Amino acid sequence: MPPRMPGMAGQKPAPRAAAARPGSRGVLDFAERCNLFWPFDLAAVLAGLRMPDNSGPVPRTVKQSLDSTLDSVDSAEELAVGMARSAGFDEDDLVKIGMAVRESMVNAVVHGNRYNANKKVRLSVATGAERFTVRIADEGEGFAFEHLPDPLSPENIMRTSGRGIFLIRSFMDEFQIRRLDPAGTEVTLVKYMVSK
Amino acid sequence: MSVKLNTRQVGDVSVIDVSGRITLGEGSSTLRDALRELAGKGQKKILLNLGEVSYIDSSGIGELVSGFTSVTNSGGQLKLLNLTKRVKDLLQITKLYTVFDVHESEASAVRSFA
Repeated sequence: MPPRMPGMAGQKPAPRAAAARPGSRGVLDFAERCNLFWPFDLAAVLAGLRMPDNSGPVPRTVKQSLDSTLDSVDSAEELAVGMARSAGFDEDDLVKIGMAVRESMVNAVVHGNRYNANKKVRLSVATGAERFTVRIADEGEGFAFEHLPDPLSPENIMRTSGRGIFLIRSFMDEFQIRRLDPAGTEVTLVKYMVSK
Repeated sequence: MSVKLNTRQVGDVSVIDVSGRITLGEGSSTLRDALRELAGKGQKKILLNLGEVSYIDSSGIGELVSGFTSVTNSGGQLKLLNLTKRVKDLLQITKLYTVFDVHESEASAVRSFA
């Protein structure tokens, strides 16, 4: 059964005229072969593709270079949750992934790059057969992540900040942090894929 | 969607109905400003109704803690009402659930203020 977007009944096949744009002809040939109706969301179609043995989503990686703004935090969260949803995670895991990505992006934008317009945040979201992996890297000066205060200790429980990394570790199956050379910090968040 | 606040009085208790997302930026700062405004007016009994809060991040939790500390240090009380599962889970994970006085009924919450 060819993929079909909801609400697209009656829509016409993708127009050949658009094939004049460089790089688009292959996409439109694909659309016609699959009997896709125009307009369609190619990203959504690709996200729904499964391996031939239905063992899971087709592995894919999305990489973005984002500005050091709170808007980037929102867009990163949206991207990660969207890809995670397509990969088959349930609502509880989607909430956890979204929060972990948000906290990581806030750390990169606010603490790493300090909202510096000249510094970028590199985001990578990858779905694999067994792992959903998010990498977030800033261009900041780094920090002593080996000696983070415990937000659960009595002396820290009423602090107004300092819970971000703790929450990331709580929500993800794996969490790694490393210094980048010559500058910056990269975090890697992993959630194990759901087997169906 | 960011956060929306509606403040009302139930007797001498100020109830802030919070809806939306309490996250870093507009969401958390809006809540902070509302609590400061009430404190500036001398309000000592504040009830945060979080029943329509769809999302809260660590910054939002920080604002809850900050508000609690400020109100308490001023001789007042800040309590929470109608926690969603998400907010409740977060407060439990961060060991803050037992710090706050949490209620599921507005009537009982209002009665509980000294």
